[in-house]
Amino acid sequence: MSEHESTYVPKTGVEKWLDTRLPIIRFGVDYMSLPTPRNLNYWWTFGGILALCLMTQIVTGIVLAMHYTPHVDLAFASVERIMRDVNGGWLIRYVHANGASMFFIAVYLHMLRGLYYGSYKAPREMIWIIGCVIFFLMIATAFLGYVLPWGQMSFWGAEVITNLIGAIPVIGEPILIWLRGGPAIDNATLNRFFSLHYLLPFAILGCVVLHLWALHHAGQNNPVGILIPKDREKKDLVPFHPYFTVKDGFAIILFLILFAIFVFYQPNALGHADNYIPANPLQTPSHIVPEWYMLPFYAILRAIPDKFGGVVAMFSAIGVLFVLPWLDTSKVRSMRYRPTMRTFFFIFLVVGVGLGWCGGQLPDAPVIPGFDGFVLLDGNINSYLWLTRLFTLYYFAFFLVILPFVGLKETPLPIPATISEPVLVGADAIPAAAPASPEKKG
Amino acid sequence: MAETGVISEGEGDPNRRDFIHIAAGAAAAGAGAMIAWPLINQMNPAADTLALASIEFDLTKVQEGQQVVIKWQGKPVFVRYRTPAELQKVVTEGAVGSPPQTDAERTKSGHEQYLVVVGSCTHLGCVPTFNAGDYGGWFCPCHGSHYDASGRIRKGPAPLNLIVPEYEYTSDTRVRIG
Repeated sequence: MSEHESTYVPKTGVEKWLDTRLPIIRFGVDYMSLPTPRNLNYWWTFGGILALCLMTQIVTGIVLAMHYTPHVDLAFASVERIMRDVNGGWLIRYVHANGASMFFIAVYLHMLRGLYYGSYKAPREMIWIIGCVIFFLMIATAFLGYVLPWGQMSFWGAEVITNLIGAIPVIGEPILIWLRGGPAIDNATLNRFFSLHYLLPFAILGCVVLHLWALHHAGQNNPVGILIPKDREKKDLVPFHPYFTVKDGFAIILFLILFAIFVFYQPNALGHADNYIPANPLQTPSHIVPEWYMLPFYAILRAIPDKFGGVVAMFSAIGVLFVLPWLDTSKVRSMRYRPTMRTFFFIFLVVGVGLGWCGGQLPDAPVIPGFDGFVLLDGNINSYLWLTRLFTLYYFAFFLVILPFVGLKETPLPIPATISEPVLVGADAIPAAAPASPEKKG
Repeated sequence: MAETGVISEGEGDPNRRDFIHIAAGAAAAGAGAMIAWPLINQMNPAADTLALASIEFDLTKVQEGQQVVIKWQGKPVFVRYRTPAELQKVVTEGAVGSPPQTDAERTKSGHEQYLVVVGSCTHLGCVPTFNAGDYGGWFCPCHGSHYDASGRIRKGPAPLNLIVPEYEYTSDTRVRIG
């Protein structure tokens, strides 16, 4: 689809001169007129929303760096100064801090859309893999950024997360000291975290360029999940602008309303009160939790009784996403036509949210108050420990057992030949088992 | 290389051009490694960080039944003056923990009442809470590890006993840690 013919005709002399030397206007015009499947629903608007999130974080971050001091004795105070004294500093910092959460809300929905509609399948594997790299870089960037205010959660989050690397046998300890720049988290650590927190968003930006390049080369997926036949391209594809610029624009406005509600009315709802206490290396807060968007992975870490095993499981939870295109054995992309798989998908959604919820609880706390349960191996059966283990088991089973197995065994529903067919032929073309708009639930 | 080389000495045989290619490639790889090393090594602990390697502490500051937390190399160190009851309990338990150790292996003879351990949980580095947990030692609030009054891991996810740093008595009441 990227090989569509250029429709750009340079009009003025300057445009003609530039077009033979650096065809940048042609690039932009062709990019905006990219033929796009006309049935894309609102789950497809998160790409544009994510681009906005990245730009918001980069712009507010550059501004914050003008006022922030990366030193253990001054960092906390410099952040408080941004909040109290810098003109509009409170707004910029709240936008940056809540922007990270908004970024993750959007990226999780974007990934789930890809999972539901099979956007990772051939010929789009590279789009998905680069997307996974971006997701991993986002987690790293968010973690580094959370350390910078040098509050209690910053410090102890850094302590716990860097210690994960120390769990690697033999080479873990030297790597840990190298990473921290000393025997403990200290000024050297804060300085390099600041430097890397500034760097990584630009690495993300570079990956976004690759992500879009791969996307425009393979063409966009769509809710029906079929490749558009050559002879249908004129009918089933519409130019990106104005059709999807307007649709994305509307979605962005709705998203910004949610964003603004957090920034102006609940700016600390997604943070933790302990991070307004300056870091104290001699006193651990009674209950350490990471930011909400890390909680599912944190839960998986705690579910494994072995220290190194927990670290391996946590990184595997992200790593398994990279090989997803080869774990799914079904040729059918969209889960609209895979009723069995769709059920497992919705269980996966519940499990993912459940893992996040478990990650925020104390492992020994009872899930059902008042029920005594019994002790199984190293914990009570009625505890978040065992609930987390159950969810963790499903998380990995979904990718490693269910996706490969169901793809081989299931009978998918009949797939329409074109994306117009389900709409034009009417209700007859839509199999009874599939709701008319499953995307509204997915 | 042979198919593009001007001088070809038979299929698959290395010639002078192949040698130059390999030598140039090897030199470039070596140069790359030499450039990368200082860029990687700069992140290791700096000289001034390493210079803070040892501290001295006056044991008379600790009351019986209490602990004092001091900062050594950026990490907390617990100096605990154990009561006779606590001491007797950990001694009679023999070798426990991971790895199994007797209390005598974790203290200096003649100063058994004082326990000096690094106050970082061996699980993920949180600071365990004094006089809490099921074994009368410490309890780590992060992920629920229980240590006894000898700093030995008794229950929970931590893999090792609290680490006893290198230290020595410079006099009857002073220790140098590190």
